[in-house]
Amino acid sequence: MFHWFEQRPFFFAVLVFIFISFAGIVEIIPDFAKQSRPTVGTKPYTVLELAGRNIYIKDSCNSCHSQLIRPFKSETDRYGMYSLSGEYAYDRPFLWGSKRTGPDLMRVGNYRTTDWHENHMMDPASVVPGTVMPAYPHMFTNITDMDTSYGEAYTIKHVFATPYDVDINGDGNIDVPLGTYEEAMKQALIEAKGITSDMKNQAIKDAVNAGKIPEIVALIAYLNSLK
Amino acid sequence: MSNDTIIEYDYSVAKAFTFTSIIFGIVAMLVGVIIAFQLAYPDLNNIAGEYGTFGRLRPIHTSGAIFGFTLSGIFACWYYIAQRVLKVSLKESPFLMWVAKLHFAVYLITMLLAVVTLLAGITTSKEYAELEWPLDIMITVFWLLWGVGIFGLIGIRRERTLYISIWYFIASFLAIAMLHLFNSMEVPTALYSGYGSWMHSVSMYSGTNDALVQWWYGHNAVAFVLTVPIIAMVYYFLPKESGQNIYSYKLSILAFWGLLFVYLWAGGHHLIYSTVPDWMQTMGSVMSVILILPSWGSAINMLLTMKGQWAQLQNNTLIKFMILASTFYMLSTIEGPIQAIKSVNAIAHFTDWIPGHVHDGTLGWVVFMIMAGLFHMAPRMYKRKIYSKSLMDTQFWLQTTGIVLYFTSMWIAGITQGMMWRAYDEYGSLVYSFIDTVTVLQPYYTIRAVGGLLYLVGFLLFSYNMFKTATAGEVLEKEPTNATPVAA
Repeated sequence: MFHWFEQRPFFFAVLVFIFISFAGIVEIIPDFAKQSRPTVGTKPYTVLELAGRNIYIKDSCNSCHSQLIRPFKSETDRYGMYSLSGEYAYDRPFLWGSKRTGPDLMRVGNYRTTDWHENHMMDPASVVPGTVMPAYPHMFTNITDMDTSYGEAYTIKHVFATPYDVDINGDGNIDVPLGTYEEAMKQALIEAKGITSDMKNQAIKDAVNAGKIPEIVALIAYLNSLK
Repeated sequence: MSNDTIIEYDYSVAKAFTFTSIIFGIVAMLVGVIIAFQLAYPDLNNIAGEYGTFGRLRPIHTSGAIFGFTLSGIFACWYYIAQRVLKVSLKESPFLMWVAKLHFAVYLITMLLAVVTLLAGITTSKEYAELEWPLDIMITVFWLLWGVGIFGLIGIRRERTLYISIWYFIASFLAIAMLHLFNSMEVPTALYSGYGSWMHSVSMYSGTNDALVQWWYGHNAVAFVLTVPIIAMVYYFLPKESGQNIYSYKLSILAFWGLLFVYLWAGGHHLIYSTVPDWMQTMGSVMSVILILPSWGSAINMLLTMKGQWAQLQNNTLIKFMILASTFYMLSTIEGPIQAIKSVNAIAHFTDWIPGHVHDGTLGWVVFMIMAGLFHMAPRMYKRKIYSKSLMDTQFWLQTTGIVLYFTSMWIAGITQGMMWRAYDEYGSLVYSFIDTVTVLQPYYTIRAVGGLLYLVGFLLFSYNMFKTATAGEVLEKEPTNATPVAA
């Protein structure tokens, strides 16, 4: 039977395609809608947090840090509650990682502070002796690309109906405002000042007061949002 | 055309891809050695500012090795093998010749842009699919050009029955096309919103779904770049080099169709104990174990092909390369299923045992098989003898030692770390803080880096040997032949 196919390339290719697409169809389609439903209390990222997330991606933090707490006591004791599918509903892309050269960061916002991150990103060994993490001094001088993150928030709001500018929990207030570009930038600057009030580096404070947001501020905003 | 007419094969495109394979191989392995040393000596992260950190370099290592070195090697072997087993020269069709050259040009530009964008930190973060949307489109273009080449050449073939190697090339083409298209579904944000960088995009899938699609891709990109086309090579080069018939046609059918059906299910083993539905994790785990059958089917077919001819291992270095490759394929395809068993995965996942597994597969199986293929092709493409047989032997032992150092150190490192993460004392508290489980790995990271360095040196010997063969090897009057039973 197979010999018949081996002389007819077209039908051979069709048979190959059936064999390889079968698994994807059976595995992926049945639970696709269910898995993308958010858990109660899960909110989209603010533009500043999204910018921090893009910096996290730019420097491939996910090469060494996972964001997935598995349901074992040794993991929940170390990192907090195990992960639920709905908590990732607004993660585009997902950042689970595949290797823990450093610890999991799924809920790092629960146990690390702005001050800790500020020291750690500048000189990791100063807070964690023996660490193999690189220092990221360039994050203290590079200015965050806020425009791209606004573009991303705008896109996911309109294309994927991500709930910006809506009252998610029904308390009468808008949970995560986005608004126009100008409104979003103003809001981001307010959030950035909230971060810098806990930081020591004067140059960073000055930059934010002058309306520029260094990468480290956005990154810390993102890390603090991971809970 | 009658059988005794000699077809004049055209190797210009095969030579071009041989060249890029070697260049990208050197780059990818050099970067690999650098990042391996960075883990042992973290100060090395700051050699080139933000562009020299582990995070920036790692995607260049993985993409460079998979899509630079391996893909070039696959294309080189395709443009060599296909003409011979289909009994048709690329020159006979000016259109296909043009497509092949365009294929090479688009491929090369894409890969060069890939290096630049990854260094700049322009990445989607998805493993082995880091490139942003404009490059994804370029990948689609050169992939389709390859497809036109494949089916075009098959269309004008003289040999009616497709040889086993051709099956595997067709499967690679179709599977990667499907995986790449679905996993790279993304919306360019600047085109939609008018704000920010035009390179930036956002994934069509979110969270758990994104993970599911990504690992369906990630696992099978490994399958259909690092396994399937490499099997195509061994099915051609081993019989050609040894002069032996493939041991069993039936086994090759079973292994081929079995591999295609089972492999795609196994992506779920990357997501065990994650938030994807439990039944999918179980399917991934079970199918991974079943995958041993078709994998070992191919490998055993190769080993039995050498039945009664094992003396060739002593006098033909290329046979040694290919038998080592087949053996590592067996090791790697038993190790993978073991790691996919849920209780083992609980310890192995997120640890260095995983890169250890990847590298005994890639260094032992993929790279050795491609080098063997290129060494087999070189005298026939350049009409010159291999420059140095003793260099080949030196290279073989250097690299074999390198692999052993690599995977043994990573096995120990991975299991050590996995056990330390879950260790409790008699009061029910975790024994180790995370940093304890990092500092303990330093010696193993050093051993791994040294192993990688040995492997790189071996690869440089290979590159030098290939270069000298192409330029200064003894000129051959006619193509070297082995007593060969297969077509062409």
